[in-house]
Amino acid sequence: MNAEALRGGFGDAPVEAAYAFRAAMNAMARPGTVETLKGAQPPAPVSVAAGTLLLTLCDPDTPLHLAGDYDCDAVRAWISFHIGARIVAPENAMFALGTWDALAPLSRFAIGTAEYPDRSATLIVERERLEQGGMTLFGPGIKDSTTMVLPESKAFQMNAMLFPLGLDFFFTSGDQLAALPRTTKVEAA
Amino acid sequence: MSDYNFAYLDEQTKRMIRRAILKGLAIPGYQVPFASREMPMPYGWGTGGVQVSAATLTPDDTLRVIDQGADDTTNAVSIRKFFEKTAGVQATEETAQASVIQTRHRIPEEDLREDQILVYQVPIPEPLRFLEPSEVETRKMHSLEEYGLMHVKLYEDIAKHGAIATSYAYPVKVEGRYVMDPSPIPKFDNPKMEMAAIQLFGAGREQRIYALPPYCQVVSLDFEDYPFEASKADHACDMCGATNSYLDEVIMDDAGNRMFVCSDTDFCASRRKAGHMGAQAAAASAALKETAA
Repeated sequence: MNAEALRGGFGDAPVEAAYAFRAAMNAMARPGTVETLKGAQPPAPVSVAAGTLLLTLCDPDTPLHLAGDYDCDAVRAWISFHIGARIVAPENAMFALGTWDALAPLSRFAIGTAEYPDRSATLIVERERLEQGGMTLFGPGIKDSTTMVLPESKAFQMNAMLFPLGLDFFFTSGDQLAALPRTTKVEAA
Repeated sequence: MSDYNFAYLDEQTKRMIRRAILKGLAIPGYQVPFASREMPMPYGWGTGGVQVSAATLTPDDTLRVIDQGADDTTNAVSIRKFFEKTAGVQATEETAQASVIQTRHRIPEEDLREDQILVYQVPIPEPLRFLEPSEVETRKMHSLEEYGLMHVKLYEDIAKHGAIATSYAYPVKVEGRYVMDPSPIPKFDNPKMEMAAIQLFGAGREQRIYALPPYCQVVSLDFEDYPFEASKADHACDMCGATNSYLDEVIMDDAGNRMFVCSDTDFCASRRKAGHMGAQAAAASAALKETAA
């Protein structure tokens, strides 16, 4: 194992994870809101926010899928040292990390069952930037409506139709984070 | 700080609880199973709420713990002390100062803000449990959206008592999908659940976490001809004179004298501080003046 993989974890895990989780919870409770998430220094191409989110939510109990370029030796070594999550195929993943294009097709991921809709995957989608504008979002956590630039609208509309089943999404870029749970209705502008 | 890990629980447990909270927020009203831990207090003392709070708190938080609206009951005092010791957080007895409020069976009177989190202690999270004892069956009923039994129960109330007699833990439907137990809050509090704050529910013994994101649609079940009514004692607070707050009835002596007083202690105290006075408070202060003179 190279020394690079040993670096970039939390310095003070209980406190840094607490702040990171609070940001992630606020993001999930208020779709479209951009939060700041810091603490981890993961190897490229993983962003600071995505790395911090993995450290906060993942451990040996959460099978993880790495999509496309994210499935490289440096990332695998970092995850195996700091997190210990098994790297698995999309069908078995509780969490998945990658770009939008690499994560497609979404139909491979678990959407939960009628009796256990929580047994569904959470996708961490790395983006160039997170910004308002673009599509209109409605649903729980949003007072009237809000806007967010999304990679597309169709996939999220299909996902929302599965409710209470479906996938939940985090979007990360640099040290920024936003979320889109299955309840959010997306309308193309 | 102490020799405890921040907020008592170990990190792997917190990650497990945090994942359950996120799924709960993504599926409002659905009870997410979680591996509830033994806490240094007995089941029934709010271990679910304590575990949710422990996974949610940051060192910057200010915590308020209330039991039926009051800060000074054994349950509230011990939980507040627990987090002061294990998480080193600030404690407060004022709703407006708090960023996290853990509550047993009440929602504060004051409207909560977007930057606040309300954590409920839940004894029995399953609203259908008293109608159907089997978890296998109730899970199936939730999956099929089969809530007829609950309406039959409310109907039987009307047939027997002439009105829906359920006065606390009044079932609600969340976002038109899941029927949810709002924990044993009085039904007076039900309309407040469509709020700006995040609401998290923890049931320790029953090992369930559920949640409501802000501005989530929460409808109390009822019938067209017997609409839901957020009832309270038909009286004003004897201490602060408020007519819009939920009241506790306190027996004063063996002769059956009683007084009604706000159950939310902070709400009542801040109104009295602002100069409002209820009937018995006014009588007492008049008597006091007489003795002084």
